[in-house]
Amino acid sequence: MVHTSLDVVDEKISAMGKALVDQRELYLGLLYPTEDYKVYGYVTNSKVKFVMVVDSSNTALRDNEIRSMFRKLHNSYTDVMCNPFYNPGDRIHSRAFDSMVTSMMIQVC
Amino acid sequence: MEGLTLSDAEQKYYSDLFSYCDIESTKKVAANGRVLELFRAAQLPNDVVLQIMELCGATRLGYFGRSQFYIALKLVAVAQSGFPLRVESINTVKDLPLPRFVASKNEQESRHAASYSSDSENQGSYSGVIPPPPGRGQVKKGSVSHDTVQPRTSADQQEPASPVVSPQQSPPTSPHTWRKHSRHPSGGNSERPLAGPGPFWSPFGEAQSGSSAGDAVWSGHSPPPPQETWVSFADTPPTSTLLTMHPASVQDQTTVRTVASATAANEIRRQSSSYDDPWKITDEQRQYYVNQFKTIQPDLNGFIPGSAAKEFFTKSKLPILELSHIWELSDFDKDGALTLDEFCAAFHLVVARKNGYDLPEKLPESLMPKLIDLEDSADVGDQPGEVGYSGSPAEAPPSKSPSMPSLNQTWPELNQSSEQWETFSERSSSSQTLTQFDSNIAPADPDTAIVHPVPIRMTPSKIHMQEMELKRTGSDHTNPTSPLLVKTSDLSEESKINSSVKFASGNTVDGYSSSDSFTSDPEQIGNNVTHQRSHSGTSPDNTAPPPPPPRPQPSHSRSSSLDMNRTFAVTTGQQQAGVVAHPPAVPPRPQPSQAPGPVVHRPVDADGLITHTSTSPQQIPEQPNFADFSQFEVFAASNVNEEQDDEAEKHPEVLPVEKASDPASSLRVAKTDSKIEEKTAASVPANVSKGTTPLAPPPKPVRRRLKSEDELRPEVDEHTQKTGVLAAVLASQPSIPRSVGKDKKAIQASIRRNKETNTVLARLNSELQQQLKDVLEERISLEVQLEQLRPFSHL
Repeated sequence: MVHTSLDVVDEKISAMGKALVDQRELYLGLLYPTEDYKVYGYVTNSKVKFVMVVDSSNTALRDNEIRSMFRKLHNSYTDVMCNPFYNPGDRIHSRAFDSMVTSMMIQVC
Repeated sequence: MEGLTLSDAEQKYYSDLFSYCDIESTKKVAANGRVLELFRAAQLPNDVVLQIMELCGATRLGYFGRSQFYIALKLVAVAQSGFPLRVESINTVKDLPLPRFVASKNEQESRHAASYSSDSENQGSYSGVIPPPPGRGQVKKGSVSHDTVQPRTSADQQEPASPVVSPQQSPPTSPHTWRKHSRHPSGGNSERPLAGPGPFWSPFGEAQSGSSAGDAVWSGHSPPPPQETWVSFADTPPTSTLLTMHPASVQDQTTVRTVASATAANEIRRQSSSYDDPWKITDEQRQYYVNQFKTIQPDLNGFIPGSAAKEFFTKSKLPILELSHIWELSDFDKDGALTLDEFCAAFHLVVARKNGYDLPEKLPESLMPKLIDLEDSADVGDQPGEVGYSGSPAEAPPSKSPSMPSLNQTWPELNQSSEQWETFSERSSSSQTLTQFDSNIAPADPDTAIVHPVPIRMTPSKIHMQEMELKRTGSDHTNPTSPLLVKTSDLSEESKINSSVKFASGNTVDGYSSSDSFTSDPEQIGNNVTHQRSHSGTSPDNTAPPPPPPRPQPSHSRSSSLDMNRTFAVTTGQQQAGVVAHPPAVPPRPQPSQAPGPVVHRPVDADGLITHTSTSPQQIPEQPNFADFSQFEVFAASNVNEEQDDEAEKHPEVLPVEKASDPASSLRVAKTDSKIEEKTAASVPANVSKGTTPLAPPPKPVRRRLKSEDELRPEVDEHTQKTGVLAAVLASQPSIPRSVGKDKKAIQASIRRNKETNTVLARLNSELQQQLKDVLEERISLEVQLEQLRPFSHL
């Protein structure tokens, strides 16, 4: 599913060639008949994509919440990237990052 | 862990030890600091100590809880008694003597001496705090005496080895030795890497003295055997015993040496510090770090880029994951580069990790860049007072510890303050924008699309003052009306100002003069003006920017004519706008204010002064227009007198302000359509509501401006009003040339005004025509009715 959404992300990116500033994409349309989840996409200026899969059973998160979550995610990710020991592409082991993500998810759920 | 049964003596002893180690009273002792010192003092082999720690579960937990500590102590006793260390030995060994810990100040000093003697070669960098090594002989002696205390088989072995320690201890190896020698919670894996201690730290140990300092620091730092405080324990032989206890190996010896040096350093540190912070960086350590920093970045105030730091710390052979974590902890500002403080913190963490300390989850206080930063106060924005602490070695430890929490507290405070500063700046900027808005109002005045009163000032106090002013003048203002009056007065002021400037018309002057007469005191006028302005400023947010701030006028109240001209030029638009806005506000007011109007006017006029019928806004223009007013006053006086007479006839009470403002505004703003509309609107309702009241306002403006208006007054109010407006406009026009000739700006403004006036007049014409038609129709209908009624009368 995530890969499918990634394809959609790429599709969207190619579509918005004009407005590169747009950081936010909401894929509320990705609701499969069986799987009731929503996939949110977020692209940074460096083409790093964040995909968030949310279970729709949870009262649909407001757009603002999703955006704030992505913003926090983005900030934490940049903090992680600042680490010279971190190789882009590796699995992120940053505890601060993990804790931030966990707290975010807990807050939502 | 198994249940631990302790005898009473043991219980007491252990609790004492625990409380001793539990410096911070957290009920759990960190796996370093005094606990390590304690274990070192137990004169057990390093690996035994490690084993004990593992057994008691401290390594698992990462710290010594009370139970773990007790178990550890028990195991120490077991080990010291020569029993093999087993988990079950805790309770199985009966009659276990209390664990013995070698601790005494003397010992420590001697240890220091021993260490120094051994390290004398390598301790060049030691600061003067550490006493100079007495010499190895003492060490040997100490060791001999120690042997008698503890059954140390290895003592002899170590004794001769200890002197060899120093030469064998190259700075690079010291860190390793330290690491090995400290309890390694992770199971002794540190010992293996120690096999190649030299190469690793060679890059670090570029400065031997620095490295040795680092060594000493390390050992002193991590498991500093602070034994000087353990007076309660049986005095044991000097440090050499401790030294000899360790397994005979170069590494051990170096460990011993480092321990000794550590004790020395520790002792010094301890003497000054109130409690032991395991993460504290001692001076020697810091010096070492600084030296290392310099090798990478000569500028101590500069940054070490991430890549360079990465290379540097990769040499420590720590796993990338751990290095990454260390980086996260130490890069305080998340900028991808390390300042001196950050570098020291990172280095410290690396060393600690290599020595077996688990990395904390968050940066310890002592490693916070803010606290540690002394040289680079600018980098991290340390607080100057506290920053200076670490500068003085002797004072550093104690000052550091107490200051650390405060610094940490201040850190968020600084952040908050910075936030506050930011917000403050935002506020200030917003206020500036407000002021700018006001200033922008002036130039934008030509725009005539203003329908609302022009908000000029927003000071409620001013409004109040204005009201007071009005009341002073005798107008019967009601609070609700006063604002309106203010508004209208503002408009009228503006219109007055503009007209006075541009038109310099007699009519306008009349208005002004009337306003002048309103309060003979120019200051009052100014105040009124300002008040009104402020009021208008508050009231209307809706007003468009165009109205130039009549504000400058008060300042120019007595200024020269030139200033006034400038002011006028600036404010002409304002006035116009104000006037424009005025009319809309006029309608409601005139009705109630009409009555007082004439009354006010009359007395005012009676004074011989030109009554300032309009509210202070008119005064504003008047002030600057003083020079002009003087000319106009004559006219105004004449007009006003006439007006007053008429007014007296027509309206009992008309708020002078309103009237003044209305006429003034109507006169001045004649250009603005809205004003006209207001007048018409006002006149219409006025007609409907009161027969006479509407006349009041209209008559005033009419009267003021033109004598001919008086004639018109008796006619339909609206007409008179409008005609008055027209007349005012017309009258104002002729007066234009006077002021125009003075300034180019005035000319331009007057041109604008003329255009505006034209449009306004055109609209006014059409409206008046319509009203005329309506009135005629009404008249016809009334006449018809009258005729219908007449026959009855005849009958």
